[in-house]
Amino acid sequence: MEVILNLASVQGNILKYNQILKKSDQLIKQNLEDKKQDSIRKEGRSHQLEISDPIVEIENLTLEYDGKPAIIDILIDIPKNHATAVIGPSGCGKSTLLRCLNRLNDLIDGVTIEGSVKISGEDIYDSNIDVTELRKRVGMVFQKSNPFPKSIYENVAYGPRLSGIKNSTDLDEIVENSLNGAALWEEVKDRLGESALSLSGGQQQRLCIARAIAVEPEVLLMDEPCSDLDPIATGKIEDLITELKQNYTIVIVTHNMQQAARVSDYTAFMYLGRIIEYDITENIFLRPTNKQTEDYVSGKFG
Amino acid sequence: MKKNSWKSGDPFIWLTGLSLVFSLIMIGGLLFLIMYKGLGFFWPSDIAVIELNDGTYYMGEISNREKKPEPGEAVAKNKDSRIQLKIGNRDLYGLDFKWIDENQIKSIEYPKDAVVLERLEWGNMYGFIKGIRSDGTTIATGNVESWPVLKSLLPKTHEIHKEIKRIEKKKIGDINYNISQLRLQIRKLELERGENKSSIKKLEEKIEDQNKLFQEEESKLTSLYKQLNQNRITISTIDGREKEMSIGTIVRAYRPNSMSIFEKLLIYFSKLWEFVSGNPREANTEGGVFPAIFGTVLMVVIMSIVVLPFGVLAALYLREYAKQGLLVRIVRICVNNLAGVPSIVFGIFAVGFFIYGIGGTIDSLFFKESLPTPTLGTGGILWASLTLALLTVPVVIVATEEGLAAVPRAVKEGSLALGATKFETTWKVMIPSAMPAILTGVILAIARATGEVAPLMITGVVKLAPDLPIDSHFPFIHLERKFMHLGFHIYDVGFQSPNVEAAKPMIFTTTLLLILIVVILNLTAIIIRNYLRKKYTLPGV
Ligand SMILES: Nc1ncnc2c1ncn2[C@@H]1O[C@H](COP(=O)(O)OP(=O)(O)OP(=O)(O)O)[C@@H](O)[C@H]1O
Ligand SMILES: [Mg+2]
Repeated sequence: MEVILNLASVQGNILKYNQILKKSDQLIKQNLEDKKQDSIRKEGRSHQLEISDPIVEIENLTLEYDGKPAIIDILIDIPKNHATAVIGPSGCGKSTLLRCLNRLNDLIDGVTIEGSVKISGEDIYDSNIDVTELRKRVGMVFQKSNPFPKSIYENVAYGPRLSGIKNSTDLDEIVENSLNGAALWEEVKDRLGESALSLSGGQQQRLCIARAIAVEPEVLLMDEPCSDLDPIATGKIEDLITELKQNYTIVIVTHNMQQAARVSDYTAFMYLGRIIEYDITENIFLRPTNKQTEDYVSGKFG
Repeated sequence: MKKNSWKSGDPFIWLTGLSLVFSLIMIGGLLFLIMYKGLGFFWPSDIAVIELNDGTYYMGEISNREKKPEPGEAVAKNKDSRIQLKIGNRDLYGLDFKWIDENQIKSIEYPKDAVVLERLEWGNMYGFIKGIRSDGTTIATGNVESWPVLKSLLPKTHEIHKEIKRIEKKKIGDINYNISQLRLQIRKLELERGENKSSIKKLEEKIEDQNKLFQEEESKLTSLYKQLNQNRITISTIDGREKEMSIGTIVRAYRPNSMSIFEKLLIYFSKLWEFVSGNPREANTEGGVFPAIFGTVLMVVIMSIVVLPFGVLAALYLREYAKQGLLVRIVRICVNNLAGVPSIVFGIFAVGFFIYGIGGTIDSLFFKESLPTPTLGTGGILWASLTLALLTVPVVIVATEEGLAAVPRAVKEGSLALGATKFETTWKVMIPSAMPAILTGVILAIARATGEVAPLMITGVVKLAPDLPIDSHFPFIHLERKFMHLGFHIYDVGFQSPNVEAAKPMIFTTTLLLILIVVILNLTAIIIRNYLRKKYTLPGV
C-alpha cells in the first residue's frame, strides 16, 4: 500500500518539478537587468543568486549564543510569494536562522545579533519595531509540535483572538478554513472542544500549522513541519505549501531532500552556520557548484 | 545465573512499601481512635443502677472501665478493675463522674423507667419522675402517668425557646444595632463641632423611638419566660433526693432502657445534628459547635481568596519577569524558609503590623466616632485570615513556580510567535497550564491553615463569639468581628474548661469534625484541579 502511495507521490513530484522549472526560467529572463544592479550591492556573498522582488533581506547576519557563533555572516534575500527551502546537516543553524526572522531569539539570554534583517524593506531589529506586530506578520511552525493546553478550537482561534476578532461566526469560519488548510478538519470537526493534547503527534503538528495560518501571515516560517507526519499527511502539507505560496512567502527547513525538491522554488544549503550555496532549487539538486553541496544533496555527506 | 536481588532493587521496593504501610497504619490508627471516641459520644447508652456491698446505690451511664491503678506503680498490675460511671446531676453532686471498684459491686440493674434529662444548665440529670405541676397544681404523679405528659409538654417549650431566640437575636439585635448606629452618628456630628444641634436632636428622638420598641419586645420576652417556667417537674434521684425544675430548662428527655435500637438511632442523629448546627452551652462543653465550624470555614475561604492571587502574582514575577540572578535566588531561598517559620511568629507579626499598624490607622481615620473602642484595631476574622495567608503564601509561591517552570518553553514560544505579548502569553497560556500545580499549592495551604491555632489565638479567635461574622445587618459581612474556630475550640474545651472529664468526648468529636472539614475543603480543591487537568491535558499527564 505505502509503496503505491510513494510511487504516486513521486509521479506527482515530477509534474510539479516541471512547473517549477518553467516558472523559474521565466523569472530569470524577466529580471536579468535588475539582478546586475543587485550584484554590485552585494559583492560579499558566497553565492551568485539575485532576487528581484525580495520580501526578506538578510545582510551580514551573525548570531552568537553566549559568544559561540551559531550563524555567521548570512547574506541572502528571500523572494516574495515563493517557497524557499533551507537544508543542511543537523546543528548547522537552520532553526536559528529561521528564528531570527521573527525575533524569537530575543527571548534567549546571552544572544547577540549583528547585521540586519529587513522584511518588506523595514529593518525588524530597529528599536521602533513592534515585535508583536512583526510576529503577526511572520508566522512560525516549530520543529516540535507545541499545541497549547487548550481545546482544539481555542488553539486555532488563539491568533485571531489576539488580533481582536471576537465574532464567533467569523472565528468559526477561520477555524474551519485553517483546519481544512492543514488537512485536519475532517479528523477533528466533531471534537473541536477536546483538549489539543489528546491528538496524535502528527495531528498536533498539523494543528500547529492551522494555528499559524489562521492569522494569515505574510511570511510563514516552517521548521521541519513534516518530520512527524506519515506520507499521506506529508503530501497534504506539501500541497498546502504549493497552494499557500501563491499568496504567501514560505521559508521551510527540511531534512528531506525530496521534499525540498518538490515544494521549493529556491534552496539554500547551510553548513556550520554559513550559507554555502543558494540558488534555484533545480540548480542546487542537479547542478550544484559547490563540492559540499553536491556531497550533501547526493547523500554522501559525513 | 543467579539473580542478584540486591542489585535489582527488590529490597528497595520492600522498603518503600514498608514505609507506606507504616504511615498508613499511623494515620488509620489515629483516625480510628478519634472516630471511636468521638462518634460514641452521642449514643444514648443504658442507665445502670448499681448497688454496692455497703448498700449505697449509684445511677448513671457506664462510660469507662480500666485496671485499678496502685499508688506508686507505673503500670497497673492489679487484677481488680474499676468502672467509671457518669452520674450527672451536677447541681446535686458537684461531680459528673464516679469511679467504682468492681469488687465492691453487688448488683447492676437497668430499670425501664429511668429517665435522662438533658438540661440547658448543670448537664444531664438521671433519675425517676415523681410528678409534674402546672401553675402550682399537680397534673401528673408517678413515673407512668408523668412520662406522656412530659413528652407532650416538651415540643411546646421548644417552640417558646425558638420564639425567645428569634426576639433576642433578631428583634432586639436589630434595635441594639440601630441604637448603636444612631449613637455613632451623634458622636460624629459632635466631633464635627458644626451648628447641627437640630439634627442631633432628631437623632436623639429616633433613639427614643427605638427604646420604646425595645420596651415592647422586653415585655413580650417576660411573658414568654413566664410561660416557659409555668410547668415544673420533680425528679427523685437514686439516693432519695428530690429536685424540682422548670420544664423550660429541659432540652431532651428519654428513657434509654426501654428504647429500641431504632429509637436510639433517632436520638443519636438528633444529638449529632444539634452538635453540628447548634450554639455551644455550658462553657462550650455542651451543645453545638456551629459558630466554630462557620468561623473555621469562612476564615479558610477568605485566606484562600487572598493567598491565591498573591502567591500566583509573586511567583509570576519571580519566574517570568525578574532578572534571574543572585538576588532572585536569595529571594527564592528566603521564601522557602519562610514556610518553616513557627506560626506563632507570624501571629505576633500580625498583631503588630495588621492589628495595631493597619487596623489602628484605619480606626483613627475612618472610625473616629467609636474610639476608644477599636473597630479594626483589634483581632478579627479578617486579620486572622490575613495572618494565615501570610503563613501559607510560600507554599503557593513554590507550587506556582514549579508549575510555571513545567510549562514547556516551546509552548510559550508558540504563543509569542503568534504575536501575543508577554502578558497575553502569561495570562492565556502559562497560568492555565500551571493551574493544576497552583491548585495543589492552594490545597496544601488550606490543609496547613485549617490546622493552625497558635497565631489565631492572638489575632481574633475567641472562646465564645456573640455574633457570626455574617448576618442580616448591612454590610452583611463583618470581617472585623471576632470569631470561633474548631482548633481553638479543641484547646479551650480540652484544657480550659471547668469540667474536663465531661468535655473529653466533645474534644474527640470536634477533632473529628475538624478533620472532616479539612477533607471536604481539600476534596473540593482536588475536584476542581482534576476537572482542569482533564480539560487541558491528557489523562495522567
Ligand atoms: N538556545 C540555545 N542556546 C545555546 N546554543 C544554542 C541554542 N539553540 C541552538 N544552539 C546552538 O546553535 C547551533 C545551531 O542550532 P540550530 O537549532 O539552529 O540547528 P539546526 O540546523 O536547526 O539543527 P536541526 O536540524 O537538528 O534542527 C547548534 O550548535 C546549537 O547547539
Ligand atoms: Mg532545527
